[in-house]
Amino acid sequence: MNGPRPMLRVRGAQKSYGRVKALDGVDLAVGEGEFVALLGPNGAGKTTLFQLLSGLFVADAGTIEVLGHDIGRDPVPALAGIGIVFQQSTLDLELSVRGNLRFHARLHGMSRARAATRIAEEAGRIGLTERLDDRVRTLSGGTRRRVELARALLHEPRVLLMDEPTVGLDPASRRDLLAYVRDLCRERGLGVLWATHLVEEAEAASRVVVLHHGHVLREGRPADLLDEGHVGTLAEAFLELTTSAAGPARTRTSEAAA
Amino acid sequence: MRARHALIALEAVAAREVVRYLHQTGRLVSALVRPGLWLLVFAAGFENVLGVSITPPYDTYVPYQVYVVPGLIGMVLLFQGMQSSLSMVYEREMGVMRLLLTVPLPRWYLLFCKLVAGTVLSLLQAYAFLVVATVVGVQLPLWGMLSALPAMALVGLMLGALGLLVSVYIRQLENFAGTMNFVIFPMFFLSTSLYPVWRLQEAGATLIADIVQVNPFSYGIELIRFALYGRLDPLAAIVVGASALVFFIAAVHGYDPQRGLIRRTAQAAT
Repeated sequence: MNGPRPMLRVRGAQKSYGRVKALDGVDLAVGEGEFVALLGPNGAGKTTLFQLLSGLFVADAGTIEVLGHDIGRDPVPALAGIGIVFQQSTLDLELSVRGNLRFHARLHGMSRARAATRIAEEAGRIGLTERLDDRVRTLSGGTRRRVELARALLHEPRVLLMDEPTVGLDPASRRDLLAYVRDLCRERGLGVLWATHLVEEAEAASRVVVLHHGHVLREGRPADLLDEGHVGTLAEAFLELTTSAAGPARTRTSEAAA
Repeated sequence: MRARHALIALEAVAAREVVRYLHQTGRLVSALVRPGLWLLVFAAGFENVLGVSITPPYDTYVPYQVYVVPGLIGMVLLFQGMQSSLSMVYEREMGVMRLLLTVPLPRWYLLFCKLVAGTVLSLLQAYAFLVVATVVGVQLPLWGMLSALPAMALVGLMLGALGLLVSVYIRQLENFAGTMNFVIFPMFFLSTSLYPVWRLQEAGATLIADIVQVNPFSYGIELIRFALYGRLDPLAAIVVGASALVFFIAAVHGYDPQRGLIRRTAQAAT
């Protein structure tokens, strides 16, 4: 890949849990302003990869770099550049929206004044200003997701990681969240990695990385994956890829990748 | 790691812990029941049986109820220390831990923040117990309760760090009951909480007396006991401080956030 250094780069990531090999040599990169969809069926290793990317677990082999910082050797600046929305909610249900946002801001070392400013900005952008004093327990799933997204952006990260963020949401909320993040990505030049098992979400991405059985099967623009598979829809291409891949497959990258 | 960032984060973690605790109204009350029962029932009942002659820091004979107060404070600190660490490692606090571990601060410092937060809780409970003890009529110097704060904080840190270490290294202790039997009660009974060392030696229980003298919890009790009377026991302070450091370093070294998640994730990956 030519051009400026990617904001997120994973090389040869491997991770096993006991005898289960969840990741078997994953390579991927996310550049500035890129919305990359990590597409894979359940059990492909998406969540495991996210656990490595968020610094929660340590990879058995391979490197992960965020804004040039190796997350293993230099975790603090690497983590400072990442905003994450986990699949499972990590909101404190008993606190208000503002309380949750403030907690996150303070954990990132923001003064009270700066925290208040950033909270107002992100809440305003995503439409949560009226809900700031509501207890999270009273909010719907879709609204909670928006709170988590606003929270992830408070410390102004350059990389945004979203692990199946639309699970459990109705179709309208799913579409809205996806559109919102895509706009944000373009507007702020973020590098976004959006994990999903829903093919229609991958269609909206600038690039798709297809993950299966712990390694990258294909990578490229949605249009290119369609051409390669000689099929009409990305769903068919995805199905073909994942059902035909029995053992460890070679990874192929599209030259047209940004 | 910038100092200002670190302090702000510490304040945030500790404040959250305290607010959550105070919202759960039952917890403070139930945390006082155990030492309260010991003080009122056990100590009162054994008043005549267990006479305590003049040992430092006491200048005169003291009622058994007075003697047993530092030990009961220790019991409060011990239970809370174990409880906050266990909840941190297992299901209950997994979500918050996951969030904390993504914060751009060194991992050991994040664990330290949690340790301090747990210690603040134990101090809250310890003071609540002291109020109860005073109300019940146990004679304790009022200024002593203030001078004992650093001692109680240090002992609270040591026991919280021990709790962290236990939860990191002992895999089978999935429930609190197990920890109670194998860690809490041995520590408590094999210490100077209920009887001074010389009593054991006098009774010929030399093995137990030896164990009592190497139990860091005993030193914690004595540190608090002396501090309640405005005095410092230097050996106790060193033992408690060093133990706290050793427990904490060992716990950080072995801390693996995978533990709580590993079974679930392995199942999901198949």
